[in-house]
Amino acid sequence: MVLYEKKEMKTAKQLEEIRKAKRKELDLRVNTKADSREKHILICHGTGCTSSKSPEILANFNKIIKEKKIKNVRVIMTGCFGICSKGPVVIIRPDDTFYSMVTPEDCEEIIEEHIIKGKRVERLLCKDVTGKMVDRLDDLAFYKKQKRIALKNCGVINPEDIDEYLAFDGYKALEKVLTSMSQDEVINEVTKSGLRGRGGAGFPTGKKWAFVKIEDNKQKYVVCNADEGDPGAFMDRSILEGDPHSVIESMAIAGYAIGADKGYIYVRAEYPIAVHRLEVAIKQARNYGLLGKKILGSKFNFDVEIRLGAGAFVCGEETALLESIEGKRGQPRLKPPYPAHSGLWGCPTLINNVETYANITRIILQGADWYSSIGTESSKGTKVFALGGDVNNVGLVEVPMGTTLREIVFDIGGGIPNGRKFKAAQTGGPSGGCIHEEHLDTPIDYESLSSIDSMMGSGGLIVMDDSKCMVNIAKFYLEFTVSESCGKCTPCRIGTKRMLEILQKICEGKGTEEDLVNLDELAKSIKVASVCGLGQTAPNPVLSTMKYFADEYKEHVIDKNCRAKECKELAKIVIDKEKCKGCDLCKKVCPVSAISGEVGKIHEIDQNKCIKCRTCMQKCPFKAIG
Amino acid sequence: MKKNLVHLTIDGKPVEVEEGTTILEAARKISIDIPTLCFLKDINENGDCRMCVVSVEGRRGLATSCIQKVEEGMVVKTNTPEVMSARKMVLDLTLSNHHRDCLTCIRNGNCELQALAIKYNVQNVKYDGEKLEPKIDDKSPSIVRDFKKCILCRRCVSTCKKVQDIGAIDVTQRGFSSCVSTVDNVSLKDSNCVYCGQCIESCPTGALHEKEEIDKVWEKLYDDSIIKIAQTAPAVRAGLGEEFNIALGENVQGKMVTALKRLGFDKVFDTNTGADFTIMEEANEFVDRIKEKGTLPMVTSCCPAWVRFAEKNFPSELPHLSTCKSPHQMFGAIIKSYYAKKYNVDPSKIFLVSIMPCIAKKYEATRPEMEADGIRDVDSVITTRELARMIKQKDLEFTTLEESEFDDPMGEATGAGAIFGTTGGVMEAALRTAADVLEGTDVKEIEYKKVRGEKGIKEATFKLAGRELNIAVVSGLKNARKVMNEVKENKSKYDFIEIMACPGGCVMGGGQPIKSSKTRATTDVRKYRADSLYKIDEKSKIRKSHQNPQLIKIYKEFFEKPGSKKAHKYLHTDYKKQKKYELE
Repeated sequence: MVLYEKKEMKTAKQLEEIRKAKRKELDLRVNTKADSREKHILICHGTGCTSSKSPEILANFNKIIKEKKIKNVRVIMTGCFGICSKGPVVIIRPDDTFYSMVTPEDCEEIIEEHIIKGKRVERLLCKDVTGKMVDRLDDLAFYKKQKRIALKNCGVINPEDIDEYLAFDGYKALEKVLTSMSQDEVINEVTKSGLRGRGGAGFPTGKKWAFVKIEDNKQKYVVCNADEGDPGAFMDRSILEGDPHSVIESMAIAGYAIGADKGYIYVRAEYPIAVHRLEVAIKQARNYGLLGKKILGSKFNFDVEIRLGAGAFVCGEETALLESIEGKRGQPRLKPPYPAHSGLWGCPTLINNVETYANITRIILQGADWYSSIGTESSKGTKVFALGGDVNNVGLVEVPMGTTLREIVFDIGGGIPNGRKFKAAQTGGPSGGCIHEEHLDTPIDYESLSSIDSMMGSGGLIVMDDSKCMVNIAKFYLEFTVSESCGKCTPCRIGTKRMLEILQKICEGKGTEEDLVNLDELAKSIKVASVCGLGQTAPNPVLSTMKYFADEYKEHVIDKNCRAKECKELAKIVIDKEKCKGCDLCKKVCPVSAISGEVGKIHEIDQNKCIKCRTCMQKCPFKAIG
Repeated sequence: MKKNLVHLTIDGKPVEVEEGTTILEAARKISIDIPTLCFLKDINENGDCRMCVVSVEGRRGLATSCIQKVEEGMVVKTNTPEVMSARKMVLDLTLSNHHRDCLTCIRNGNCELQALAIKYNVQNVKYDGEKLEPKIDDKSPSIVRDFKKCILCRRCVSTCKKVQDIGAIDVTQRGFSSCVSTVDNVSLKDSNCVYCGQCIESCPTGALHEKEEIDKVWEKLYDDSIIKIAQTAPAVRAGLGEEFNIALGENVQGKMVTALKRLGFDKVFDTNTGADFTIMEEANEFVDRIKEKGTLPMVTSCCPAWVRFAEKNFPSELPHLSTCKSPHQMFGAIIKSYYAKKYNVDPSKIFLVSIMPCIAKKYEATRPEMEADGIRDVDSVITTRELARMIKQKDLEFTTLEESEFDDPMGEATGAGAIFGTTGGVMEAALRTAADVLEGTDVKEIEYKKVRGEKGIKEATFKLAGRELNIAVVSGLKNARKVMNEVKENKSKYDFIEIMACPGGCVMGGGQPIKSSKTRATTDVRKYRADSLYKIDEKSKIRKSHQNPQLIKIYKEFFEKPGSKKAHKYLHTDYKKQKKYELE
């Protein structure tokens, strides 16, 4: 880790020299044909891989290299490669060899075989969904339909080394705006690009910038919302962990455009790695004079501070976030006034989320026309999704807007594991909805997702197979909203709790048809009467499942049946006499001895004893239990 | 500067209002009563409860009429089906988390939530479910917090924080578990609360109320072996009538005295007389401090919430406080010493009840130093509201009661004593006496109008005996903190400061009849009640405390002179630092 204690202000010329030298040095990272005697061992240091010991892997590699006195090999920590389900991930460049699920004990073999003997360690190579060995990263179907703009540097550079960021045009966009663009030109470029807020609601970014710019106030602020809170979403965290400078640079560009000299990054304290990398990046940027007074010799001053969130979901709501930065209880303000007019300490404030900022430098350097050529009519560019749930390739994907859900789930995600069927996909987290199979071919953009009662949200995409009960899923999201409600307004504080109580009743088999009517009515009232976005969208998971999976609700209420058998009180697990071979396995695995039957004879489940744990269902080799 | 006019339509009716008006205010102008629950004008304007939502054409979702400002051309609808169902839902949900034991609630009949339930004819609660755990904090001598009645409107929180600048309570926890709490959830008794009771006045339901002493008083009233004496503070007579639907601020002194007699009190005295003693002592203390270059500015000490505030927040400035006890404590001490001796009564056989517009007086009466010769100054303190309840319990038809006079010899008071009940009154009364003492004549100019009125900090300069006196009259503890910070930093230009904890003084005390949010927004309650006291003063034959013949007699027979050793024993007290609750 490079921590600069002494100021080393750089001129534009010096920066360009660093860029050139470093780019040459790092060519092997992006060019498989690079003419290099060096090899770089890249190890993912995102949160997922870190928790599966990637720092130990890195240390081990270094130790072995030192012991064996191997030359021309460098071991580098990087941000996330995206394919988290295969982590810890180790990639060797320029060979483009992709080792998955590496342990610290594997390092010796990789060095011995791959580095010294030039032979790939086959057992560590990644296998795709079909079980085929994939030795090159680019051969993985997972990457084929992706387009990386926001994640461009993730997995390529060492996020704690500003020189590596500089190597890939780092701070060039800032230099460009400071030396050759007026404030309005910057805003026009962003407007023309068609970029819309990636935090969920999709407000046109350029328009937002313009609103803050026209405000006549000496003090303005730029805020980065890095309070990513949707369950299962980790796009913003990965960007901060893998490419923190891109966010800092973009915030400075925004500061220049709107006339602000101060920025705050509001990031969750639960993201310690992201916070650390931001701290390092800010220090390095200040050290090079890329933050601070008179940046790159211009008249522009800008600096950034980090504010840690204490884990309240509602603080991702922009006005609650502002309250929290001000040191108050994190709860939303009524709008209007909007933050663009009266934000932090009453000053005009620009708030964008991490992913939105991560697009800015590219737009400035490659132009609005290039950016707007990607995506759909109304939604330009790419979107990063955190793909999770019942899908083979769990991880981070960045796709052009307009990619269909089917492509994401089946091509990139590799389909549904364990031979099960797709049932639904959830986007938009607790504010979004569940998408039915019939809408799998919907091209993903803001409008089309709304039209099928879901929303883009910040980018969580959770796939569910047919073993999931949709009523239970709705209950899950509501449990989240209930525990994350700030308690300010009545509809959200008490209303979501009451919705949850009704859902609990339904899942316990005590629901009535009247409950369904009441649930629907309550949900709709909460949507119109709540103070903030959290309350206004909290009923969405319930409303969308009630609409697209209405038959499941009816089954719960009228037939007292949960087809997925997730709702224990409604699940009756029985053994199909036709299929049972009397193998006795179910009897052995049953934790409560509810199954009886002699070997070779048909077995039976005592419903009074059965606790609906479904272990027998999963273990039965003949699929006789259901 | 004249404000621009804005034109809008509400429910199809055109309205013209000044810029900056809220939709709620504009609607009230054309007789549309949009319901509110959390709204408290200028104090709690958060839009949390969602009761006041209305539909505004062209706007997504519903608008919060209590804070949303009108805009030119705005089209507002206050009762669309969407609005109505949202409001009913909000009301239903609020009731679903409320322990609806209205019949046994202290606020039964004067509850804003109950009023809405009646208005919307709620007959069943559709979304009933889990309720918050019912807890009660009744450890303080003044305030009871009944969590199960709380609807999280935060009016109390804002009042404590914004009006009084204390912040003893705030919302803790989140979501459904949100509740109003003190720091570390300690009892109010151990918190930084000073018992001003403004939170009670703000509460729309029964979640906050005074610690009732009615049962204790009833018990004593039926005990023939003791002498039951009542004394009533000046502000009580200007508020009590409201509890019986008598016009706001009307002076019901005569009926009040009759009622107290009918309740069973043997004697009913006027605390205004006590106030005259306070003035005698305080004005002379002030004159002494001037003459002997004592600690100045001198600050009044008749408000126990202010005293507790000072002891907690300005311990180093306590020498500025007058050593005088508050009027009812002084009067209690006089009754149990002079009066008992004169009429040959065993003071331990006297049960003295103070009827006060205040809940801090309950706490004050329990302070250990409030006694002489082992005899407590005051035995019980009940509020204006509690007195009204007792009158109702006794089946008295208050409005038709005949009028009676206070008992002699302690029933005669001056106009100066009467105005004690409003902000500026103590100062004005003290100045009347101090002027005479300093000038050595009977000064004719006795109305100090500069110290009257609603402003939180009033300043004036008077010339007395060739000396310029800078005085300040302060009400509301936020203002008190401001003025006292100046004193602490030696920047204060004042010689004499009157401080009352409640904005407006005792007429707006925490023990006075509770007014709804709407009444508070549309009526200047303080003015009605204060004017009533000024009217008493105007009509009084004697308007200077030191000219009260009873008082002169008692000094002659008992205390000798103001500030004497005996006066100090019975009429003065001292102060000590109180622990402030801080987070560890």
